[in-house]
Parts: sequence; C-alpha cells; structure tokens
Amino acid sequence: MFLDTTGAIIAATIIAATPLLLAAIGELVTEKSGVLNLGVEGMMLVGAVAGFAVDSAGGGAFGGLIAAMLAGAAMAALFGFLTLFLLTNQVATGLALTMFGTGLSALAGQGFVGTTVPRLGKIDIPLLSQIPLLGPAFFSHDALVYGSVLITAAVWYFLYRTRGGLILRAMGESADVAHAIGYPVIGIRFAAVLFGGAMAGLGGAYLSLAYTPLWAENMTAGRGWVALALVVFATWRPWRAMLGAYIFGGVTIAQLHVQGMGVSIPPQLLSMLPYAATIVVLVIISRDATRVKLNAPAALGKPFLPTA
Amino acid sequence: MSHKKVPLLRLEPRAETARVMVYAAPLIAVVLTLIGGSVLFALMGFAPHVALYNFFIAPISDTYGLSELAVKATPLVLIAIGLSLGFRANVWNIGAEGQLTIGALFGGMVALALNDLTGWYILPLEIIAGVLAGMAWAAIPAFLRTRFNTNEILVSLMLTYIAQLLLNLLVHGVLRDPAALGFPQSKAFSDSTLLPTILDGTRVTSSTIITLLIVGIAWVVVAKSFVGFQIRVAGLAPAAARYAGFRQPRLVWMTLLAGGGLAGLAGIFEVAGPIGQLQPTISPGYGFTAIIVAFLGRLHPLGILLAGLLVALSYLGGEAVQINMGMPLAVTGVFQGMLLFFLLACDVLVSYRIRWRGTGQGAVTGARAAKG
Repeated sequence: MFLDTTGAIIAATIIAATPLLLAAIGELVTEKSGVLNLGVEGMMLVGAVAGFAVDSAGGGAFGGLIAAMLAGAAMAALFGFLTLFLLTNQVATGLALTMFGTGLSALAGQGFVGTTVPRLGKIDIPLLSQIPLLGPAFFSHDALVYGSVLITAAVWYFLYRTRGGLILRAMGESADVAHAIGYPVIGIRFAAVLFGGAMAGLGGAYLSLAYTPLWAENMTAGRGWVALALVVFATWRPWRAMLGAYIFGGVTIAQLHVQGMGVSIPPQLLSMLPYAATIVVLVIISRDATRVKLNAPAALGKPFLPTA
Repeated sequence: MSHKKVPLLRLEPRAETARVMVYAAPLIAVVLTLIGGSVLFALMGFAPHVALYNFFIAPISDTYGLSELAVKATPLVLIAIGLSLGFRANVWNIGAEGQLTIGALFGGMVALALNDLTGWYILPLEIIAGVLAGMAWAAIPAFLRTRFNTNEILVSLMLTYIAQLLLNLLVHGVLRDPAALGFPQSKAFSDSTLLPTILDGTRVTSSTIITLLIVGIAWVVVAKSFVGFQIRVAGLAPAAARYAGFRQPRLVWMTLLAGGGLAGLAGIFEVAGPIGQLQPTISPGYGFTAIIVAFLGRLHPLGILLAGLLVALSYLGGEAVQINMGMPLAVTGVFQGMLLFFLLACDVLVSYRIRWRGTGQGAVTGARAAKG
C-alpha cells in the first residue's frame, strides 16, 4: 500500500514535470545561441491547441504531437524573423508572441472546449515495470516522458560533446567573433529558435493530450514562464533543468495531494506555491552574481547585425 | 568581397534615427493590423468589411460608445504611463496586472471597511490605499532585483498569479457578501466610496480627469526633469549612466514604484468606478495590454494617450463583434498581439534602411569608400 502510493506520487511528479522540462530544454538551446525568447507561454498554448485539434480530427496522438511541434516552430519562426532579421527588441517581441499566442489559441480552440481525446497511451517497459515502487514510478509512462529524458540527454550531448554544439554556444558568447570566423550567425540562431519553439509546442501538447486530455483557454497557467525561470535556475545546463523541472513537478503534486487530503488550507493558498517557489528559487540562484555571469550566455538578448 | 553572396534583404544602419519614421511606424503598424485583421476575418468566414465596420466603427458611433472608450482607455493609459518610465530605463515590469489586482483589493477593502460612513476623506483614503498596495507589490521585484540581482520580468509575472489567487481567496472567503447567494463577490460599494460620474448616463468618472492630469505630469517629468534625463540615459547608454554616477538601483526602485503605484491606482479606479464591488476578476488583461499601449505610444505620455484610445477600441470592438456577429471574444487578443508585432517590425525603419538585393549597392560602396 505504502509502496503503491509512493510510486504513484513519484509517477505523478514526473508527469507534472514533463511539459516544464520540454519547454525549458527548448528555451535553453535558444538562449545558449544568444537569443532570449519570452514567448514560451504563447508557443506552448498554440502547440497545445494544435495538438489537440489534429488528434481530435482523427490524426492520432502521434499526428497531434507532430502538429504541435510544427505549430510551436511556426510561432518561433515569426519571433525569429522579427528579432533576427528585423532586429526588434527581443523582450518586447517575446511578450508580443505570448499575447498573440494566447489570443490565437483561444480563438482556434473555441470549438474544442468541453471535448476530449483519449489520453496518450502508457508504455510499460518490459521487466523493469514489474519492480515494486520503481516500476510504477519510473517505467510505466507514456512515450513523451521517456522522450523528454532522451531529448535532455541528446541536448546535453549535442551542446557539450559535438562540434555543432560548440558552434551554437559560440553564437551565445559572442556573435561578432563567431561571424568573423565565418559561421552563419543568423542561420544558426534561427535554427535554435525553431528548436525552442518545437519543444515548447510539444510541452503544450503534453498538457492537452496527456496531462489533462482536453483543451481549455489559457490551460498552461504560467508554465511557460516557469520554464523560463527553470533555465535560469539550471544556470543553462540541461541536466539541472531536468532536476529543476522535477522539483517543480513535486511542488505541484504535493499541493494537489494536500488539497485532496482535505486539509483545511484554502486551495488558493496552495495554488500559489509553485509561483512562490519559482520566485524563491530565482532569488537563491541569482544572488550569486558571479555564478550567473559565468554561466549565462554573454551575448544573451543582444541583437546582431552582420557587417559586410 | 565581390564573390560573397548578397542577401536578399539587408539592413543598413541610418546615420541618425529617422524622425519621420518615429511617427510613421505606429501608423503603418495600424494599417498592417487592419489588413491582417481582414485576412483573419475572411479566414473565419466573415465578410471583412462588415467585420471591420463592426469592430472599429460601430462601437464608437454614438456618444455612449465614445464614453465607453474613455472608460476602457483610462486604466490602459494610467498603467502604460507607469510602465513607459521603466521601459525607458530597461526595467521590465510586466506584472502590472498583479499590481492592479492588489491595488483594487486593498483599496477595495478600505472602501468596504468605510462603506457605511460618509465624508469627503473616504475616497482619498481608498485611493491612497490602492496606490500604496500597488507600490508595495512592485517593491518586491525592485528589492529582489537591486538586492539579489533577480530578474524582474519573471518575479513580477509570478506575483501576478499570486495576486489573482489572493483576490480569489478573499472574495470567496472573508470579503464575500453573505447576501450574495453564494456568489463570490463583496458587498456593493456605497455612494460615498464610489467615484462620482462626470457625465450623466455614462460610466465615465473623475478617474478620467485624474488620468489626464497624470499624463501632463508625466510629460513634464520625462521631458524636462533631471530624473527623466537619468531614466533616458540609463536606457539608451547604461555605461554612460554609470560613468555619470546615476545610481542604477535608485532608478530601478523609482520606475518600479511608479509603475506599481499607477497600476494600483488603475485597480482602485476600476473597482470604485465601473465595477463597484470586489469580484474574482477585476481586469480583462489591462496590465498586459498596457505594455502594447506603452510601445505604440513610443513610451511618450502624449503618444500613450492616443495609443490608449486606439487599444481601448480593440476591447470595445471585440465585444461588438461578439454580440453582433457571434465571434469569439479572443479576437481582441489576436488583434492586440498582431498590432504589437507589426509595430515592432515597423520600428526597424527608425534606425535602419531596408535594402533589397540589387538596390542601393552603389550608394553603400560609395559611402564606405568615403569613410575609408
């Protein structure tokens, strides 16, 4: 009994963390290339509604996830075009992307409110899922949970073990130097922005296809912003982003369980917890200015105009 | 050089910013938004000209419509004025929605506490409470940024969610009117706690006049005062500002407190004006939309006034097409997002010339030769 409950709580934590992890890992790659995209919330929402629409139109869960990635990437392309080609302010453009995405997803999702799709299926890993506690906790999840861990590993490998990753990080440290060496700064940054958008879209679709398989206006409820905070928390390192996402998943699930147990704390107070935790975590990380400076991409948010 | 591929579109920095474009860019953006809106309406299966008429013209074709425009523009302009000070200094307060909510909540609680009394001092008291509460809420990101170097964008935004939950908690709990049959809302404000309307038969209150005064004050502060100068320098050339000895933390504090105070003021104006009680939702996103107003108005008080009227129209238009044509209210958000996108894109024309492949080559090489 105890083992079952613990296993279920861990599994729920991982599920709550997965959309955050996906969005954060995408944004991490974008920021490593030197671009700050504050539109994560908007891209997640558009991904959520696109995934849900395609799935309920008979495209299947897989089709939905692909559509969500494309939709997120399309939103990111808009952002990339404005910030990289027209040199608009990245902060303001990101905010615009979130507002636009919020409105667009609400508009597109009109007809889906109140409908549902089958939840993304679970895949039990043979043998491993039979282990008491660990099995239900870690080895009986849907494909995207496993996928998010694989993506984290792949991003880590790419950034720190390949030449391509080195070049991408160079863009984030000094675009001018990278340009002088002869790398196509704008092209590489655009690709990083697109990846960030696709991952945000996927994270959004995880909410609408797996977490709560339905569409509701503004269903991300600030998760895109939490993902942005996670990147800072992680000091731009993939594995730490995963750790951060799981901590936040834990906070979310803990407050849900406390509510469920009928403790007489008002639900609104408990719902504040993830947001308050985000602030606390940000303060803890950023109070050490040198550490942030050492890890943050030096060119983050700075526009780049190619000379000659 | 000659063998290098020439890109299709190239930006050429202007020697100095184009004054004309500073004013033309918002107009171009509005026109592009209208075109984009027509496409959107057509895609949704509505005749664009009918939809555009219902969205932009019908809502303000009578006096009451115009008065509603003022009602909606008042909070937008107030908040945008405060935000523009911060944006000029590169302080990104995007939690005005939360500061508005807290201003409405605490100003509203003072009003409810004094609801049965009469006296001239009641309105000033609740307004001061609203402003102070908004400032206090903005002081959190100011303190965390100056003391712990914490990003004010994320903190102010997280505080918005917390503020809304706090309001929700209280109107479901201690502030709930027992006579409201279980609806989560407070008692209605009494006459002595409500702002007086200044035009009969409309919802326009004295808050609109106060807002106009604040626009004037802000103009003087930004254009003429030393503080305004410091703010502008800090935004345009942070290194120069440091060298000149302008204290960055002080500017962070001042701009955030001003932004929070004005957002709080907008909050108490809403509950003591058009709404008249506390309820779970105070604002249809004024705090976020004001960001668009601030940019559309070029961060300038007079520009913000005009931009506030235009963006207020997008709220009225959204309601009008919902009622008249059965369109979803979310159209408003799409329009607002589109407007900001186009504006940001048009802004490129202020500092750059766009060169297409094959145009202006001679001029550029000539200029370069002259420089060398």
